[in-house]
Amino acid sequence: MTSATADVATHDEGHAHPTDKMFVKTAVALAVITAVEVAWSYLPWGEGFAAQAAEIGGLLAMMAVKFVVVASIFMHLRFDKKILSWLFYGGLILAVAVYCAALATFEFFTGSNPPYVG
Amino acid sequence: MTETAAIPTDVHEVEPGPMHGHVTATGISNEKLAMWGFLGSECLLFGGLISTFLLYKTRAAGGETPHELYDIAFTSISSFVLLMSSLTMVLAVSAIARGDNRATRTWLATTALLGTVFISGQVYEFTEFLNEGYGYTHSPAWSAFYTLTGFHGVHVTLGIIMLLSLLALSLRGRITHDNAEAVEIVGLYWHFVDVVWILIFTVVYLIK
Repeated sequence: MTSATADVATHDEGHAHPTDKMFVKTAVALAVITAVEVAWSYLPWGEGFAAQAAEIGGLLAMMAVKFVVVASIFMHLRFDKKILSWLFYGGLILAVAVYCAALATFEFFTGSNPPYVG
Repeated sequence: MTETAAIPTDVHEVEPGPMHGHVTATGISNEKLAMWGFLGSECLLFGGLISTFLLYKTRAAGGETPHELYDIAFTSISSFVLLMSSLTMVLAVSAIARGDNRATRTWLATTALLGTVFISGQVYEFTEFLNEGYGYTHSPAWSAFYTLTGFHGVHVTLGIIMLLSLLALSLRGRITHDNAEAVEIVGLYWHFVDVVWILIFTVVYLIK
């Protein structure tokens, strides 16, 4: 059975999937988050550690929300078999871990400029 | 006249058959599983490119860094265009699942058009930077910037080619409700290109 008004329709077999209405709502939400992101980057944050942490932390948090929303709703991960989520998020977490370690090796997070970087 | 099939079946529930490969242990077609595996590996590729950019973004050899020349307003509009292309793509997948071939073609063409607008914006941005004297070999910062955004642009271009191929196949009657998974798999690739841009837009353009 497919509902024209509900955001998530359920078939007779019990398998849920999003409707077009939910896709449109998701796109609107993503556009709003993007607008907030841009506005956030223009705010006068100042130089202190707390200000920079708030600026960068806020931007990264909004980025992560957009990423997960697109992957879950548009890429259908939320409604698909779990093995696909493991495959994709596994690759993603591996990539983040590997490259955070690599960046730490190059002293990226300390803000120093080691001469061997180039 | 709208070409609508009578069977409103979700694309994810298509039964295995001659057009969908064969029955697998996971219940997922080999093609779809391969695409997800490929996208997982692409995370590593773009992770490497983003990390390299982060490492070198201030090494502009005495010139201006990419961040000093960004036009955030322009790039924000490009980002919005790519985000909306994800919506039109998912509507194409939804349309083919319903068997609505005309709507599928419309949304595929719209997605390809939005992708082309995005690429045009990137070409314009690159041209502006080149006119300022910042080419690929200017400094490590600019090399890393062009490599990262250029690789993404190539991915978008390949996506546009795939979308236009699907459109051509659909016009010839070779993409229908029966092989709707082809549209879904191209859709996965297109959404991945969008999520990568979500990362690039924040990490490369917005974070100073």
